[in-house]
Amino acid sequence: MIDALVQPFAEFSFMRRALVGCIAISLTAPPIGVFLTLRRMSLMGDAMGHAILPGAAIGFLVAGLSLPAMSLGGFIAGLAVAVAAGVVARSHVIREDASLAGFYLISLAFGVFLVSVHGSNVDLLHVLFGSVLALNDEAIYLVCGIATVSLLTLAIIYRPLVLECFDPHFLRSVSRLSSPTHLIFLILVVLNLVAGFQALGTLMAVGVMLLPAVAARFWSNSVGGMIAVAVGSAVLSSLIGLLASYHYSVPTGPTVILACGAFYLFSMLAGRRGGALWGLMPRKHLEA
Amino acid sequence: MRYRFLSFAAAALFALGITQPAHADDKVKAVATFSILGDMVRNVGGDRVEVVELVGPDGDGHTYSPTPADAKTLAGAQVFFVNGLGFEGWMERLEKSSGFKGQKVVASTGVTPREMEEDDEHGDHAKDDHDDHDHDKHAKDDHDDHDHGDHAKDDHDDHDHDKHAKDDHDDHDHDKHAKDDHDDHDHDKHAKDEHDEHDHDDEKHAGGHHHHGGLDPHAWQSLDNGVIYVTNIRDGLVAADPEGKDTYEANAKAYIETLEAENAAVKKALDAIPEKHRRIITSHDAFGYFGAAYDLEVLAPEDVSTESEPSAKDLAEIIRQIREEKIPAVFMENITNPAFLEQISRDTGAKIGGTLYSDALSGPDGPAPTYIDMFKHNVGTLTAALAPGS
Repeated sequence: MIDALVQPFAEFSFMRRALVGCIAISLTAPPIGVFLTLRRMSLMGDAMGHAILPGAAIGFLVAGLSLPAMSLGGFIAGLAVAVAAGVVARSHVIREDASLAGFYLISLAFGVFLVSVHGSNVDLLHVLFGSVLALNDEAIYLVCGIATVSLLTLAIIYRPLVLECFDPHFLRSVSRLSSPTHLIFLILVVLNLVAGFQALGTLMAVGVMLLPAVAARFWSNSVGGMIAVAVGSAVLSSLIGLLASYHYSVPTGPTVILACGAFYLFSMLAGRRGGALWGLMPRKHLEA
Repeated sequence: MRYRFLSFAAAALFALGITQPAHADDKVKAVATFSILGDMVRNVGGDRVEVVELVGPDGDGHTYSPTPADAKTLAGAQVFFVNGLGFEGWMERLEKSSGFKGQKVVASTGVTPREMEEDDEHGDHAKDDHDDHDHDKHAKDDHDDHDHGDHAKDDHDDHDHDKHAKDDHDDHDHDKHAKDDHDDHDHDKHAKDEHDEHDHDDEKHAGGHHHHGGLDPHAWQSLDNGVIYVTNIRDGLVAADPEGKDTYEANAKAYIETLEAENAAVKKALDAIPEKHRRIITSHDAFGYFGAAYDLEVLAPEDVSTESEPSAKDLAEIIRQIREEKIPAVFMENITNPAFLEQISRDTGAKIGGTLYSDALSGPDGPAPTYIDMFKHNVGTLTAALAPGS
């Protein structure tokens, strides 16, 4: 049993690298996901993923298959979309999700346009996004570096960020930190997505960010508690996914996300805060 | 009224546009799905044919998504060359939507397809079976031919002699016996032949059924198959443009000679690789035919198509195998992400032997701008990395 858990990592460096990458992203993406869900922007991750495409494509067209160039391009594009959406939303004419939808669609279309006009016919989506099993040094540094920066930044802006989530008007009335906090948070979202996309693959980035976060809502009422549950379940899901992929020959990225998804379904049923089974408990004692 | 006229004019123009391109300039307009096929068509067509490739140099034909411009190009073409064997999954929809009415040529027609089941062994088995059958039939035919002559085949003779020696006096019986034998054999032969034909039909049928998967499309990676491709291309061009028959046949003949010369050169060059190094690791499984034709074992972390993602187990198995067999080098491909190979290289110590061209040619300035250059480049890369001196 122990052998089955340890041996793959002892024998193969790609498994160790995958583990490091997964844990790094599991430490940083779920907390951001928690804040995203609290702000009712759960689907922003998905939208931002598409928004990143033109930047990554430009990076690829300029510098070839270079992780820094593609990451920088993706980061700039993603940030531009997020900030533009945020600024427009602050004008109060449309909500942030609506303006985000508008901008990300423009960005996505522009990305597809670029890829097609360039006409090399290399399937850029295939080339642009990495895989958990093939993390080179560059990708590991990128993921771990971004994880470190994200966690430190989150620690610094934690208080205003929580306030901004629950009562933005109050924050705006007592402090001038509202806008900077929002902006920094958007930067973190984009950074994490870029890191996840290009090092770990599309599914990994968005999936690890959001599934543990929504599942955590069923276990805790406090932001800190939710973050702890989200991070813990993400790390555990990564481990399960990697080992399942190793022992049962199933694709890694999807399996990690399915493990996160299984935890989410389990939480819906058994979660201490609003899980379906707990709702049934008082009335049907004997069945529980 | 004006609108009706306009729409009528537009329809007329459209119709003209579709039916008239041959007159627009004298060349035969041909479309090839990818660069390797395009190069072959260019070689056979020469000056008479203008070739457009849908998936250009360094492009991945597996996952291409056609553009409206492609449909327009195809609609205006007289001949459409495709690889077949399930390589261009997007091709049939494009063909339908474009309203293409010309000659469609499946270049791989007549190639013995390799099965790509879950593991390689199955494919090999299927091939072996086939070979055995051929052998049987051959042996049988020989036997029968001899029988048809007055003198029976050697072993038969022996038998007869023995019999003769024993039943010296009973000539009559012997004759009858021999005749019976003969008849039986004839019957056998018939049965056998029918059986063989049946088998063949079944195989073709199976091939057709497996079209949506299961077949390895990378048949051009063997120059023997390349010759079959060229023959099909020649026939296709002749059918589309009978006036150019002489040109096409001359071009095809010259080109086939070049291909055969290159084939011999490839075999000679690869013979220098020692037995224990005759294994190549590439990123997707594109070299099955190459390996079969030139006696190399091919391993790849990605499937025949570039679309699927390998599991950790697949990767681990390849790494173990490389370690155990001390395979010296792995090779990248021009169309795929090198990340997996780099990881394999890190995990095994095998060096990265260079880039092989599998599904697409390089641009004109690259190392593999033509089909033949592609072989020269690939073989050069392989021998440099695997030959004993390295």
